[in-house]
Amino acid sequence: MPLLALRDVDARYGQVQALRGVSLTVDEGEIVAMLGANGAGKTTTLRAISGTVRRSGTLELDGRSLARTGPEQAARLGVAHVPEGRGTFSELTVWENLRLGAHTRRGPLNDDFQRVLGYFPWLEGRRAQQAGTLSGGEQQMLALARALMQRPRLLLLDEPSLGLAPLVVAEIFRIVRELNEREGAAVLLVEQNARTSLSTAARAYVLEVGAVAYAGTSEELSERDSIRRSYLGY
Amino acid sequence: MSVRVDRSWIVPALLVAGCIGLVVGSLSSSLFAQQTLSGLANGGIYASLAVALVLIYRATEVINFSQGAIATFTTYIAWQLMDWGLTYWLAFACTLGIAFAGGIALELVAIRPVERRGNVLSVVIASIGLLILVEGAIGYIWGNDIKFMPAPFPAHIYRIGGVAFSRQDIATILIALASVFVLWLLFQFTKLGLAMRAAAVRPEAARLVGIRVSWMLSLGWGLAAMLGAVAGMMAAASPSVLLQPSMMDGILIYAFAAAVLGGLDSAAGAVVGALAIGVTLNLLGSYVSWVTPQLLLPAAFVLMLVVLLVKPSGLFGHTTVRKV
Amino acid sequence: MRARALLGPVTALVAAVVIALLPLTLSDYHRSTGALVGVFFTAILALDIVTGYTGQISIGHGAFMAVGGYTTAILTHDHGWNDLATLPLALAFGFVAGVIVGLPALRFSGVYLALTTFAVALAVPQIAKNYPDFTGGTEGLALPTHSGTWLYYVAWTVAAVAFVFAWLLLRGRTGRAFRAVRDSEIAAVSSGVSLPFHKTVSFGISAAIAAAAGSVYVLVNNFINPDVFGLQLSLFILIGAVVGGLGSLWGVIVGAAFVELLPIGLTSSSFTSSELVPVIFGAVVIAVMALLPLGAASLLQRLLHFGSQTGESSDVPLGTEGT
Repeated sequence: MPLLALRDVDARYGQVQALRGVSLTVDEGEIVAMLGANGAGKTTTLRAISGTVRRSGTLELDGRSLARTGPEQAARLGVAHVPEGRGTFSELTVWENLRLGAHTRRGPLNDDFQRVLGYFPWLEGRRAQQAGTLSGGEQQMLALARALMQRPRLLLLDEPSLGLAPLVVAEIFRIVRELNEREGAAVLLVEQNARTSLSTAARAYVLEVGAVAYAGTSEELSERDSIRRSYLGY
Repeated sequence: MSVRVDRSWIVPALLVAGCIGLVVGSLSSSLFAQQTLSGLANGGIYASLAVALVLIYRATEVINFSQGAIATFTTYIAWQLMDWGLTYWLAFACTLGIAFAGGIALELVAIRPVERRGNVLSVVIASIGLLILVEGAIGYIWGNDIKFMPAPFPAHIYRIGGVAFSRQDIATILIALASVFVLWLLFQFTKLGLAMRAAAVRPEAARLVGIRVSWMLSLGWGLAAMLGAVAGMMAAASPSVLLQPSMMDGILIYAFAAAVLGGLDSAAGAVVGALAIGVTLNLLGSYVSWVTPQLLLPAAFVLMLVVLLVKPSGLFGHTTVRKV
Repeated sequence: MRARALLGPVTALVAAVVIALLPLTLSDYHRSTGALVGVFFTAILALDIVTGYTGQISIGHGAFMAVGGYTTAILTHDHGWNDLATLPLALAFGFVAGVIVGLPALRFSGVYLALTTFAVALAVPQIAKNYPDFTGGTEGLALPTHSGTWLYYVAWTVAAVAFVFAWLLLRGRTGRAFRAVRDSEIAAVSSGVSLPFHKTVSFGISAAIAAAAGSVYVLVNNFINPDVFGLQLSLFILIGAVVGGLGSLWGVIVGAAFVELLPIGLTSSSFTSSELVPVIFGAVVIAVMALLPLGAASLLQRLLHFGSQTGESSDVPLGTEGT
């Protein structure tokens, strides 16, 4: 049974229908990418999963229906959603941001802090710094660190490369792969940067106008002419 | 080429200058010292209410017009408990608990239904409706006559260096500052406080980490009501304030001025603003002959306006002013 | 198509006829209550111009009413003027007061502006008390009485004139400029709308109309003292404007009736004791805000599918100081 299963999910913003019958799955420990142009519905799909937008259709996490869960509940069930814009609490310190990541966990957090510092050792010296004063790349890493504090089973990443320099993007994707391998968290990755996503993820879905247009392994999709032309640029 | 002058030192410098002025004045004149102290006591009362206003404003951008009336209501509850035989401090403690629960209940029943579908202005109007309702309820339950509120301690004057300080004034300052301090500890050092702060600044992001934002809001109302109760009790203990349904109306207004002056999203600003208003008004009243009691209220607002004209977001406020 | 465009003026005409004939069914006392509804109508209309249409929130219109009220009172009481003759002067002083308040408004917006106007509303009665020789102080001044009928027609004539003036103003260029200022300052400036001019003028016009309402108010009460124009008055005008629906001239009558008639109705009905009246009134205000946050006008719009001729009633930018 897949960890996450969506079947025929619709979502709307007021009168505008953003998703039409989207179906996808993510297995335990998998990295899956979602590609598509602006407005295709990638962000909306993540929001549908975390319950931030009204949706209908079947959504299941480990077989358990997500139909009635809102974002607060989803977090408790092990879904960590890093939204567009990172969802960083800019006014709070780095340390407070990390602490908030662990909001749903009980018990002492020392181990979690140590683990997170293992991936992002530079955070140690910046504990008291206001999160909004970090650079874009640092904020993205802080967002990942915060998600990690939650010990998620499923990590939803919305456009992690947005606005970042290529070197930073490469670093972030490396960390995402590492998190996936060592922590066992499944990742559903939304990206416009098709090339990097296809080299990181095992499988991918391509969304167009609110519906799934193509699905397959990363190799298969990279080979397809239409994908190459529209999304990979050659 | 224009040079950007860094002006962030102005506010702290002015505050330090003000404090030095107060100390020097107090040392040279006993009247000055007395008026400063009683001004601080008034300021302490305004501060408690002002912080309550800031708490709710920060979370929702709503100015809660009923904050004063709720404070009066809780003070009446304390009066009633004492009337039934409880000691002052036991009644005080119970009142704080009742205020907390009551604040949460009010938010759930009166505010949340409006917030769900409405905008900020409709919630503000609802708070005005709540103001009318609560003051009316006080009149209905206890009548509109003035009640006698027993004092926490027998009146006592301390004399230091020829200056007379009332025990009540000192107690008011200490209690008001202590309550704000305890709240600060809660917000800075507890998991719940952090969650409340997060919910106030970024509600959407807070939901994503699992915080129940609407519950945080209810708690905020509960805490605000507790602060209001402290303000109300201290006000009623003051000899110049009478326990009647409109008791906190005037104080609410000074609390607004203080909160705005300090920057509506800063609790520290509200405290500093409140103390500044309390002291300034007292000194103005004593030393400037044409400032009659009627002009004290406008004077507080002139002070507020002057600060806003120099720094439109208040002393410690953060809102950016967009110039077009 | 034609029929819809006529609906507005036809309703206005019908309303005018109803209002004109209503006193025939009322006692003299009720006619003066009717006059008070007319006063609130004018005051709420005034507030709607500056808050609903130009997006500058004001919680202090009681102060502008006070300017008009004191103008009329002092001229009538101390200088023997004829009451109606004081109205033009009240309008003029009101306008000036509005412009004066409008100037700091250029620097603040949203909640800071609201609290500044609130400060003005509270300061004015205190200042009036401070100069008793001029204003009659706390004891106030007594004014000649008039019959309920006279008061009713004066109040509603003033209201009608204000309504027509507002309607003409708001559907023209100035009205569009006001709405542009409300909806997006940046867009407005880019389209050549002068912010300082329009913001101050809207305050001025609004204050002038409120002053006229204040003049009539003191005539109806045949008495003036500073407490009449206190906080409660300003809050009630605001409640009336929001319950009626900001940005809609039609909601004004609902708002005026709500704040004036509901408390009176509750007090005189035998089903509840008079001490419960504020409790019930407060509860009703909360309920109305929960059910109809955009006021009665939004209900009207939905029922009649009016693409409102006065522009979309958008949220008043309280607290949106800018991005």
